Order: sequence, then structure tokens, then C-alpha cells
Amino acid sequence: MEGGVGPGGYTCHVYMPCIVTVMSLGHTLLGLLEDHPSHGYDIKRVYDERFGHDRPLHYGQVYATLSRLLKNGLVEVDAVEAGDGPERKRYSITEAGVTDVGAWLARPESPEPYLQSTLYTKVVLALLTGRAAADILDTQRGEHLRLMRELTRRKLDGDLADQLVCDHALFHLEADLRWLELTSARLDELAVAVRR
Amino acid sequence: MTADTLLKAEGIHKSFGSTPALSGASLSITAGELVAVMGPSGSGKSTLLHCLAGILRPEQGSIDYQGLELTTSADSRLSALRRSDFGFLFQFGQLVPELSCLENVALPLRLNGMRRRPAEERAAEWLERTDVADLAAKRPGEISGGQGQRVGVARALVTQPKVVFADEPTGALDSLNGERVMRLLAGAARDSGTAVVLVTHESRVAAYADREVVVRDGRTRDLTAAI
Ligand SMILES: Nc1ncnc2c1ncn2[C@@H]1O[C@H](COP(=O)(O)OP(=O)(O)OP(=O)(O)O)[C@@H](O)[C@H]1O
Ligand SMILES: [Mg+2]
Repeated sequence: MEGGVGPGGYTCHVYMPCIVTVMSLGHTLLGLLEDHPSHGYDIKRVYDERFGHDRPLHYGQVYATLSRLLKNGLVEVDAVEAGDGPERKRYSITEAGVTDVGAWLARPESPEPYLQSTLYTKVVLALLTGRAAADILDTQRGEHLRLMRELTRRKLDGDLADQLVCDHALFHLEADLRWLELTSARLDELAVAVRR
Repeated sequence: MTADTLLKAEGIHKSFGSTPALSGASLSITAGELVAVMGPSGSGKSTLLHCLAGILRPEQGSIDYQGLELTTSADSRLSALRRSDFGFLFQFGQLVPELSCLENVALPLRLNGMRRRPAEERAAEWLERTDVADLAAKRPGEISGGQGQRVGVARALVTQPKVVFADEPTGALDSLNGERVMRLLAGAARDSGTAVVLVTHESRVAAYADREVVVRDGRTRDLTAAI
């Protein structure tokens, strides 16, 4: 993923890994273990490949999560190689772990309120102080589209996984843009309301 | 006017009766670039597109296409120009219902005087390119909207035009089919150095372009350049 900070935190760099980090890392690792038993370092490698993009997990995160899953009886150690240290253990998922992954997958995520609160504040302040609120919205609109063009280029060059991840961000940016357009169309109304 | 400016419209005014549709719109396009035209419904996007393509004649302003002033050119000159240099893609309805898809794609070449055989051969290549070769013998009424738009892309590009004018080409399609049409249109246009003027109200579609121009109350605003 490319870097660079965009509007509302929707960067290729920050936003996409959020898809995974917002959801539970524990459930993700459990799901990978359900696929097949692994050592901690293998789990990390597979996770990074599939979901990490350029934001790899820290070993510390992996082992902390695994030991929590172990304590909760969701995974067990099914083989220990000679030597010591956490990297010698091979983890497998338990019955309870499988149930937990199933329940998590079946549960819908609560829709995030992507309200552009900063922008709203700026627009209201601009109206209150007699500045051009339309320009603020237009500037933001330009910035949103710039990022959308970047994501679209990325999508066209990428594989199916890149496409899906980019599309997710694109649909969210589109929703923001619709809000910008609607607000833009309602500025006169808003100006009256703000001054009331 | 820079060396590679292809089409340049300045200060365009166009009214329908007492309704002003454009009141001082400007837009310039360089060779091979994709420009998205956005803006609220009724703001004048289609009117601008039609003026740029020499379909509508504005009351005021100038439109320079490679040294030719479109606003004062004869109708016959304009329709010849549209056939030779421009391609068109609309939301729907650009295919002739009585003709097969192959004949539809061959039609712009036939109108430019190409013989049937070579025209249909080239049309077949384009249908292949837009992934609808299997529909060659079908009539437009027998295919889906998404397939129809892919045939439309082939038809718009078959003459290797300098500019394609596309008005809401994905407006009637779902996301997946819209993506397919945009990929084809943008990809083929870039490959052949064709400029595209793309009117759309969907930002995900506009994101295929190199820049966007917003029309509001009959006036244009180039956000990419302004910032
Ligand atoms: N042939 C016509 N006769 C009369 N008025 C027209 C005609 N074409 C357009 N108009 C008017 O000109 C204005 C601009 O219309 P235009 O079709 O260019 O808008 P648009 O931006 O393309 O809108 P939309 O997003 O809904 O397609 C509108 O007020 C419209 O009613
Ligand atoms: Mg229109």
C-alpha cells in the first residue's frame, strides 16, 4: 500500500489495514489456525501476506494474542519442539475456538458512523463568519477525488485482492462525496439555519 | 492554447427558450486525456457535452477544435467532423435496434465510406476487445444493458476517434457492469490515445479520469486545476 494521509483517514496505507485491525485480531488468528495448526511465526507470516499489506504484525502482538486464546481455551499447544520459548510451540484450534470463529463470522459489524464532523464544523464556522463554505466543500471534494483516482489506478494495476480492498475504500469515499454534494446543495438552507 | 490542446471551449452560453443552460462554461482537453464532467442534475453537463461535440450551437463563446471554430462552422462540416473525429457513448439507445451488434459497430465506419467487408472485420476485432464477440449476430433488443454498453464502447472507438463523448455511460448499470465498461473505455482510450469527455454523477466512475470539472448553474469549475 502506498503511504500518504488522505481525508478522514481513508489512506491506502492506514485505512485498509484498519479493516483488519478494527476487527478482532484474535478471531483472525483463530480463523487462520482453523485452516491448519501453525507455529507463531508461520501465523504471523500468513497474516502479513493476506491482511497485513505493508503493516506487518509485531511478534509481540502475535504471541500476546495467542496466549490469550490459549488461556481462554480457544487454542491448544499440540506439539512443542526441542528448546524453549514461544516460537517452539505449535498451536491448533479447539472445539470452542471453532465455535467462536463461527459466531464471529455470523455476527454483522456495527455500521461505522463516517460522519465528517470536522468538515461539518468548518462549514458551520465558515457560514457563521461569512466565509465561502462552498469553497471548503469543493476543496474537500477535489481532495476526495484525488484519492479516489489514486485508489482506482492501484486497483487497475492490482490483483483481485487489491481490487476488493480498494473498492471497499472507494465506496466509503463515494459516500463521503455524496454527503459533500448534498451539503453543497443545501448550503443556503444551512446558512439560514446556522444564523437563526 | 498549449501545443497538445485538442479542444478548447471558452465562455459558452446556451439557452433553451428563456431557460439558460450554460452561462459562461469553459473547458479544454488535451490529446488522450480523460476528463470527468460532474455536477448536479440540470446544471448543464449534457448541454456542454453537446456543444463541445458540435451537436448544439451555443449563442456565445468559442469552441476551437484543432483550429476549426465549431460555433460558426456549417452543419455539414460539423456532421462530417463528428463522423471522422468523434465517438459517442450514451446511457442507452445509441444502438440501432434493426441492426445486429456487428453491424452496429461497423456502422460508423460504413458512414465514413468504408466497404462492408473490412468494416465488419474491424468491428469484429472491437467486439472481441470489449469481450462481446459472442453477441455479434444478436440484435440490441436481445442483449443485456451491460452487454449493450460494451458493444457501445466498441462502436464509439471503432473509428479510432480523437475524442469520445460519453454521457452517463454507466448510468443504467450496476456496480460490476459499470466497472467493466469503465475499464474497457478507459483502457481502450488510453491504448489508442483517444481523449474522453465523461459526464457522470458517480464519483467512482469519475475516478477513472485524469481530472474532473464540475458544472454548477451553467458554469464550469476545474477542481483539479484550482487546487
Ligand atoms: N432540449 C432542451 N429543451 C429545453 N430545455 C432543455 C433542453 N435540454 C436541456 N434543457 C434544460 O437545460 C438545463 C441543463 O440541462 P442538461 O441536460 O444540460 O443538464 P444535466 O447537467 O445534463 O442534467 P442531468 O444530470 O439531469 O442529466 C436544464 O434546466 C434543462 O431543463
Ligand atoms: Mg445530462
